[in-house]
Amino acid sequence: MTLAEVVLSIMFVGLIAYALFGGADFGAGIWDLLAGGTRRGARQRDLIERSIAPIWEANHVWLIFVLVVLWTAFSGAFAAVVSTLYIPLTLAAFGMIARGAAFAFRKSVTTLGMRRSLGAAFAFSSLVTPYFLGAVVGGVASGRVPPGIAAGDVITSWVNPTSVLGGVLAILVCAYLAAVFLCADARREGDDVLADQFRLRALGTAALTGLAGIAGLFVLRADAPRLFDGLTGRALPAVLLSVVAGVAALVALATRRYLPARAMSALAVTAILLGWALAQYPYLLLPEVTIEEAARGRATLVAMLVALVGGAAILAPALVYLYVLFQRSADPHAPPSRTLSR
Amino acid sequence: MTPWTVLADAAGNLYPARMQMALSLGWHIVFSCFGIAFPLITVFTEWLGHRRGDEHLTALAHTFAKAMGVLFAAGAVSGTLLSFEMGILWPVLMDRFGEVYGFPFVLEGFAFFIEAIFVGVYLFGWNRLSPRAHMLSALPMALSGMAGAFFVVAANAWMNNPTGFSLDDQGRVVDARPWAAMFGPSTWPQVVHMLLGAYMVTGFTIASVYAVGMLRGRTEPRHRAGLVIPLAFAAVVTPVQIGVGDWIAKTVAENQPAKLAAMEGLNRTMAGAPLSVGGIYSGDRMRYALEIPDGLSLLIHHDPHGVVRGLEEFPADQRPPVNVVHLAFDTMVGLGTALLLLSAWFGWSWWRRRRVPASRWFLRAVGVSGAAAILALEAGWVTTEVGRQPWIVYGILRTADAVSPAAGLYLGFYAVAAIYLVLTALTVVVLRRLAASPATPAPQEVDAEPPERSSGEAAVR
Ligand code: HDD
Ligand code: HEM
Ligand code: HEM
Repeated sequence: MTLAEVVLSIMFVGLIAYALFGGADFGAGIWDLLAGGTRRGARQRDLIERSIAPIWEANHVWLIFVLVVLWTAFSGAFAAVVSTLYIPLTLAAFGMIARGAAFAFRKSVTTLGMRRSLGAAFAFSSLVTPYFLGAVVGGVASGRVPPGIAAGDVITSWVNPTSVLGGVLAILVCAYLAAVFLCADARREGDDVLADQFRLRALGTAALTGLAGIAGLFVLRADAPRLFDGLTGRALPAVLLSVVAGVAALVALATRRYLPARAMSALAVTAILLGWALAQYPYLLLPEVTIEEAARGRATLVAMLVALVGGAAILAPALVYLYVLFQRSADPHAPPSRTLSR
Repeated sequence: MTPWTVLADAAGNLYPARMQMALSLGWHIVFSCFGIAFPLITVFTEWLGHRRGDEHLTALAHTFAKAMGVLFAAGAVSGTLLSFEMGILWPVLMDRFGEVYGFPFVLEGFAFFIEAIFVGVYLFGWNRLSPRAHMLSALPMALSGMAGAFFVVAANAWMNNPTGFSLDDQGRVVDARPWAAMFGPSTWPQVVHMLLGAYMVTGFTIASVYAVGMLRGRTEPRHRAGLVIPLAFAAVVTPVQIGVGDWIAKTVAENQPAKLAAMEGLNRTMAGAPLSVGGIYSGDRMRYALEIPDGLSLLIHHDPHGVVRGLEEFPADQRPPVNVVHLAFDTMVGLGTALLLLSAWFGWSWWRRRRVPASRWFLRAVGVSGAAAILALEAGWVTTEVGRQPWIVYGILRTADAVSPAAGLYLGFYAVAAIYLVLTALTVVVLRRLAASPATPAPQEVDAEPPERSSGEAAVR
């Protein structure tokens, strides 16, 4: 691997982490939206709230991480992507603001009306934000971002079949991950009824995601032939791994083994992201700019590598501590603490 | 698109893009100050409470921690928008110089990650961890808040004083050295000034909340402590800040003479340059200003006959808008001096009598000090940023050439303005509630109180 590929791979690890943790976070918001009326949905909403409260901020720093690595090490490609796709990116940023603020503030307000509108803002932005991010991925993956500042079409770069596919898949994957994760949370709280509700949702979204994936292959063949060739060629093992892991997750869900289900669903999502990366390799911006061409000076890449390794050495224990602390205090018999997840 | 429409778009985008950037940063900076300084003030209060076995102080620290949680959430979401905007609004800047000055942002990402983690741990760990472990968990938060500020301000200092790279004859960066770029001549003065500013903003603002409470007759011990502890932090920092202001002004004089001349509305290069307070710059000179003879030369060179360069030395298209910069600078210095007097009043009374000055005027002054500190901070940033114009990278890249030419970009400004209006209102509502009822949970806490039952409905969250 070249230095540039190493740095890009580390960025990609951040992207996967964002897809898993941030994705489940968005998905929890989507289930909040679909939890039903005020009374009926209350228990689900409670669980969702408890599951994401202490960690939602940390989950979203992964995205910042992806952005800053790209803009430092691959400045030109980054500038091309954000200036062409600025509309969905701005909308996604607005969605994150609405989501973060509404989630943060809604429990501090007491009037029902305020809570309702903040709750609605939280849930709605949880739905649209992953859509826009998925549409951005679709635009990049289908080769609609040429090099240069705002050189691509600011509309069709994200309003196109591959982007729609990316957006829809992003929503489905978020919802699916969240449902799987919440199953185990509900079980840990000793609430089997709730766990079963989320189990059904996980199975349902898994089926939908699978269908969308199959339909997506046809979309890609027509709209993004290069990506299609990659996915069915070099990246085929990753795609197959994703399918196998997805089926394994289904089996685990069907037999109510929630922790293996978590692992398998995470693997399925990771594998499909890897598939995208492999299919696109060695291009950063299809079909013109390769990773090597986009990479900036050696001194910068080396500095990045030092920072990334050193930073990870500090970050990893802190993250582990956070999750361990929450899982430990998630013991339902320890009174003041209520459950937390992931 | 023809080249002509691209140009037209870039020109039309410039002003709204600047305003959008200024608005987002101006909003974020207020909240990030609390992210920098609040952890230390809170954990100090907690420590004092444990040491003295004083329940009031521990309870006060808990309220502080919750307010910190709310402010942190607001800071985090506004910071996320900023990361997008750096690329969306200024792609040419990122394209050409991302490899040089993007690096501190990478480190910043780690710093905020750590901070976000430990804010979660600290709030969640209240009553769950041992007091010792709990207070220890605040330290990474305090350190990473300051580290984060260092990295971001270092990036800004680079824009003021770009170092750590060479350009080839077509203006392309060759030989980028990101470590060197991070430690340019402006970095340390700017960072120190910013960190102290953050402590002033945080200390005075919290103190002013309690001062207003005391004016309304709430004088229980917990309330007094809520005034004294943050005010003490701010009062210690203020005199240092004035000294650092002198250091930073010298750095500007050395590296960005056009900015310094604009700060003082000085047109002619001269020895024995006066310090101008107030006034309006028009027709190439200051009018109606109060002039302190030789003042500027004394400040910059510590010599009444020192030579200070004036705006006349710079072509008209390389001068910043003088009035904005001058007014902003005067506002900062004026408010800084006023806050120094307030600190001295407090310090004197504490030193002689171990108590807060009894006068209601003192409470009133503290009551407005928070707003004054925030205003001083914003004014300082306006001085820095507008004073750098027309350059986005001083002397190398013009702001007008850095803006994205994408069609329709300007609409973003209106959306951002509307969003921040709502966000500000919400933050104020939530903080007021927190002040009224300390039981209100912070966003990172899990044990949320159920909402009002009076309406007969179950929880909506
Ligand atoms: C509470 C806030 C506060 C207070 C009381 C002061 N400042 Fe300040 N000042 C800032 C907060 C600030 C700031 C907002 O933090 C800035 C913006 C950029 C920076 O690094 O610090 C700043 C910038 C700034 C600059 C421009 C730096 C540049 O362009 O690179 C100068 C010359 C000064 N300050 C000088 C002073 C002086 C002489 C003060 C004495 C009274 C003073 N400041 C008080
Ligand atoms: C947080 C405090 C800050 C405030 C209040 C602030 C304020 C402003 C203002 C008023 C402008 C518009 C200047 C003009 O058009 O005349 C501006 C521009 C800008 N600022 Fe800042 N700024 C801050 C910090 C920063 C930092 C830390 C960075 C980057 C590291 C930064 C990057 C920029 C950029 C890229 C522009 C646009 C280009 C320009 O107009 O020069 N700012 N800011
Ligand atoms: C002088 C200017 C700035 C200072 C001193 C500053 C400082 C801080 C601090 C202390 C925090 C964490 C605490 C909190 O959220 O309250 C924060 C959050 C953040 N800042 Fe800034 N910032 C500045 C400008 C910027 C700029 C220019 C960017 C982006 C380009 C940025 C991006 C962020 C991000 C992404 C976060 C959220 C991190 C998280 O989710 O925890 N900041 N900032």
